[in-house]
Amino acid sequence: MMSKRTLFVLAVLPLALGGIVLAQSRGRGLPRHDAPPSPSGGVVVALCDGKTTTEIPGVREGDTPTPEQARAAVTALMDAWRRTNPAARWDEAPARLADAAEPKGSAPPAAAPPAADIQGGQTYGAFSARDERIWQAETEKFVQEGRRVFHDAKAFGGTIGVSCDMCHPDGANTHPETYPKFQVQLGRVALLRDMINWCIQNPTRGKPLADDDPRLKAMEAYIIAQRKGVALEFGKH
Amino acid sequence: MSKGPKSIETRHYEERGAFFAGLRHVSRRSFVKLAGLSAGLAMAKGLVTPHGFQLVQVASAAEGDRPSFTFAYVSDTHLYPASLNDRFVRAALKAVDDVNALDPQPDFVLFGGDLAQLGRKEELDLGRQILKTIKAPVHMMVGEHDWFLDLGEYWRGLFGPAQHSFDHKGVHFVTLMSVQEKDFWTARGMTPAERMQTVAGLDNGVQSRFEVGEEGRAWLKRDLEKVDHQTPLVVFSHSPLYKYYRPWNFWTEDAEEVQAILKPFQHVTVIHGHTHQLLTNRIDNIQFHGMLSTAWPWPYAPEGLPKLTIQMNRADPFDQFDGCGDGAVEVLESGLVNKLYNLWDRNPVAVRASYLTSGGAKDAPPRTKLPSF
Repeated sequence: MMSKRTLFVLAVLPLALGGIVLAQSRGRGLPRHDAPPSPSGGVVVALCDGKTTTEIPGVREGDTPTPEQARAAVTALMDAWRRTNPAARWDEAPARLADAAEPKGSAPPAAAPPAADIQGGQTYGAFSARDERIWQAETEKFVQEGRRVFHDAKAFGGTIGVSCDMCHPDGANTHPETYPKFQVQLGRVALLRDMINWCIQNPTRGKPLADDDPRLKAMEAYIIAQRKGVALEFGKH
Repeated sequence: MSKGPKSIETRHYEERGAFFAGLRHVSRRSFVKLAGLSAGLAMAKGLVTPHGFQLVQVASAAEGDRPSFTFAYVSDTHLYPASLNDRFVRAALKAVDDVNALDPQPDFVLFGGDLAQLGRKEELDLGRQILKTIKAPVHMMVGEHDWFLDLGEYWRGLFGPAQHSFDHKGVHFVTLMSVQEKDFWTARGMTPAERMQTVAGLDNGVQSRFEVGEEGRAWLKRDLEKVDHQTPLVVFSHSPLYKYYRPWNFWTEDAEEVQAILKPFQHVTVIHGHTHQLLTNRIDNIQFHGMLSTAWPWPYAPEGLPKLTIQMNRADPFDQFDGCGDGAVEVLESGLVNKLYNLWDRNPVAVRASYLTSGGAKDAPPRTKLPSF
């Protein structure tokens, strides 16, 4: 579900950008990007270079294209642009790189060659700094959700108005790096999540969360994130 | 009951209970005495203490180090309505029992602020009702949890002006309102409840930093104009009146300016709440002592801890009362004070004036066994 929607958003993004360029160029005397009208009355979309256009067959002005139609239109636009700009140093997405045919005739100037001492050719390793920023943002979102739950008694089911941050501001004194350890008061080895649940049950008088409860996972993420860089010392008292 | 071997905890608590019960039986002495402030008591009675509870033999008091009088404190009760949270109510009542059991009774009891958790009328009313059962006179100080719902209106109605001063047995006492904040709420369109909730979050960076503020400092200057510089001065402040850790508002933004006002006085002690931990500092002529909370202890901040502080052992999360407590302040003839932390379910800790005066060379409190992680 989610991935389909994301794909669709990605696909229509260039279209939307094209539209923005069009709209802005009208009022201010900036270069106009006029798409030629379609003889068949279908929607014509333009690339943000202001030159490349394509028609989405069967979609009329005001209709929403299906994700497949939008993807096809974007692919057509990019293919046309790449044909007219063979010298551009375009970053290949890994999947397309695999599909791409060997260039014929005069080869375009090579993209920046990979550093000679870095291993390559592996899909898993083919990510960019931008990918890493996205992953970081996703992780941070998870941590922030944990922060929210940690600071809100109702969110984790506390019944007496006591939230975790009241004893543990910024997650202090939760020392996740010391787990697992023998928890003397319990008489057994405990994980961080056992202690989270212990606190939920006792000082905050709630019900323990299931092991796969997203709130428990998010709180673990928040607590661990507060101790970035601290050495792991499991078992420490 | 099982007849099997007792666990180490059971034996520990039995030993401890028997020791303190024995002391009470012998002498009806209070925790103030137990703390070693007037110690030697157990020795004098020929009591042999179990291994875990050896009282420290205190050297005989030097000239000027003799106690003049004592006051007790209860602080940071953070009461919710009793229907929501009986836990904090029980803790507050425990503290009241403690100070009422003191023998002899303290000259007065300071309440150190944060009576309520979210500044609501029923919370403050509940607190007032609980504090009414204290036998000694009570001096009230306001905390941010009492203030930021209605900017102190209801609190002042119950307890009077937030800043006031009085003289007692040759000592000038000043209570400051040191948890003012610059307006962070209007621009954000916050409701009073949202403003209160924001300030109630120790690690909520949206709020401003605590300060006495220009008006408060002007009041302090006026109040001290008539006081001789030789007169011992004790200042009650909810925030620490120095800069410890900014992100948690263990902090007073205009601390240097307030300290400058106190500078001409020879013997100055600040007793502050808010930090919920054993906390000791000295800046030039000013000695600072934190107060314990009855509700929960706070961990030591990751940086900025004053050098003279000997940390209290970290709290046992399995014991509601561990790391919490109340305490007493023994005002000495010299004008300085010995500060007693009556840590519940542990041995009490005394931080003596001589420890601070000597820059930590003399009379150091017992060392920390379980420091912060």
